[in-house]
Amino acid sequence: MGIEEEFARWRAYASAQPTLAADDIAEMEGHLQDQVADLAAAGLDDDEAFLIAIKRMGRVDDISREFARVHSERLWKQLLPVAEPAGPERREVAVVLALAVGAALVVRLGIALLPDEVALRLAAVGVLPFLTAYFAWKRRLRPPVAGVLTAVFVVSGLLLGLLPFDDGGATGVLAILHAPVALWLTVGIAYAGGDWRSHERRMDFVRFTGEWIVYYTLIALGGGVLVGLTAGIFNAIGVDPTTVLATWVLPCGAAGAVLVAAWLVEAKQAVIENIAPVLTLVFTPLTLALLIAVLGGFIARPRVIDGGRDLLVLMALILVLVLGLWLYAVSARAPERAAGLFDRLQVAMLVAAIGVDLIVLVAMTARIAEFGASANKVAALGLNLVILVNLVRSAWLGGRFALGRGSLVELERWQTTYLPLYGVWAAAVVCVLPPVFGFA
Amino acid sequence: MSTPLRIDKDLVAASATPLVLGILAEEESHGYAILKKITELSGGRLAWTDGMLYPLLHRLERSGQVAAAWGVSETGRRRKVYAITATGRAALAERHGQWQVVSEALERIWDRFGDLGGDLGGDLGGDLGGEPSLGGA
Repeated sequence: MGIEEEFARWRAYASAQPTLAADDIAEMEGHLQDQVADLAAAGLDDDEAFLIAIKRMGRVDDISREFARVHSERLWKQLLPVAEPAGPERREVAVVLALAVGAALVVRLGIALLPDEVALRLAAVGVLPFLTAYFAWKRRLRPPVAGVLTAVFVVSGLLLGLLPFDDGGATGVLAILHAPVALWLTVGIAYAGGDWRSHERRMDFVRFTGEWIVYYTLIALGGGVLVGLTAGIFNAIGVDPTTVLATWVLPCGAAGAVLVAAWLVEAKQAVIENIAPVLTLVFTPLTLALLIAVLGGFIARPRVIDGGRDLLVLMALILVLVLGLWLYAVSARAPERAAGLFDRLQVAMLVAAIGVDLIVLVAMTARIAEFGASANKVAALGLNLVILVNLVRSAWLGGRFALGRGSLVELERWQTTYLPLYGVWAAAVVCVLPPVFGFA
Repeated sequence: MSTPLRIDKDLVAASATPLVLGILAEEESHGYAILKKITELSGGRLAWTDGMLYPLLHRLERSGQVAAAWGVSETGRRRKVYAITATGRAALAERHGQWQVVSEALERIWDRFGDLGGDLGGDLGGDLGGEPSLGGA
């Protein structure tokens, strides 16, 4: 092996150490080269000289541990570059900030001009186009696709704004809850750069969504603390800050944070581990325990099950949680790793969720048959069914995978194929349910 | 010259900072040259693991005792050159004082061992370049 290759191997090994920066490695490599040159001048051949130089340098692991004691910060990956962002990055920051301000202004205008409930109903139509625009800009979306997405937002806006929802009615509240879900998939088309048929892009969007939720929650927590402090201080000096905070700071902040969180997820994608799968790891066993406790509760008190539609709504939320845990575990799973204990735990969680849900569904179907349907019941029942179908198929595929048959690809394909259905269901709740139930 | 004496690693660690600062106080230098200088000063008896110099230099840089800049060597290779700062000079002066106290105290101990003709002489004999019989007598 030539001496250049020896150096390259040493460099590659040193580069794998997280605490050694490129400059440190270059510095030490320079040292090795000086040493080799000196030893060669003293009559050794290159290979011998290299061996001695390496031996004197000491083990890379030891050096890297010493460096870690000096530069402990290097063990923590940094999201934002320490140096000032260069040209393209700076332009992206500018675009994101401009879009965030735009979203905040639209929300603020809605509050100023529209009745509260209409403004809430239109919030998603007001904010998500800016997020879509960000991805359209970043992924260089083709104009025809961008046109279709624009049309979707315009039509959604007209429907949500002009349909005669009753004030404070159930269908209005359902529309407020479901419109963001349906429109989020529209964002997904822009996220995928228009390539929405691709299973890989869909899975990327699932990952993005999980991280976005985590980042948005963190920003919301920080914002909440700031707002609380501000409110406290103004109250203490006798100025009532409620109106300003409720009609300016909170809504504008919430709208702007949508963009900022998305940008953070984009920026950190390759830098920092995804956090959603880590949370999955923590919460899967806990959720399994919760489901088993619920099952136990049902068995102990079978009468509670026809306690009303709250149970159905809660059950739908638990299913959303289980689905999320399952989805993020699948999205982060390394395909080459063999099935293990955690995979079996997950299948157990799916089976327990299906069991609990079936009990609730049977009870509620009987109840609807007896007392008639309402918009809320139908919405909760439908969400239950949409997720249940996914979970049953997932449990089947996951069980096969955990037993060493079947492949991970099958599992992923099933999830990504099913994805648009959530959007379709949400859109149906927004557009079909209200007329059926007379916008009550 | 005798084979390198194995010096306790705590002693190496304690002396490393004043040695490096002292060398840099003469003139700015790069890592490899600093190590060559240390070998030269100790007559080859103070052997370091070369790699450990670099974390030390970074620590000194971080605490502001040396300043570093990338330069180019005469062979055209990039090289990080270190220079002592005012803080570093102050630290060196302080270390100097400390070491003087320690070495004066030790000096007296060694003298007394000389008088007592203690066992110590046997260990030190070879390295002090004296005759082995000195200690045994």
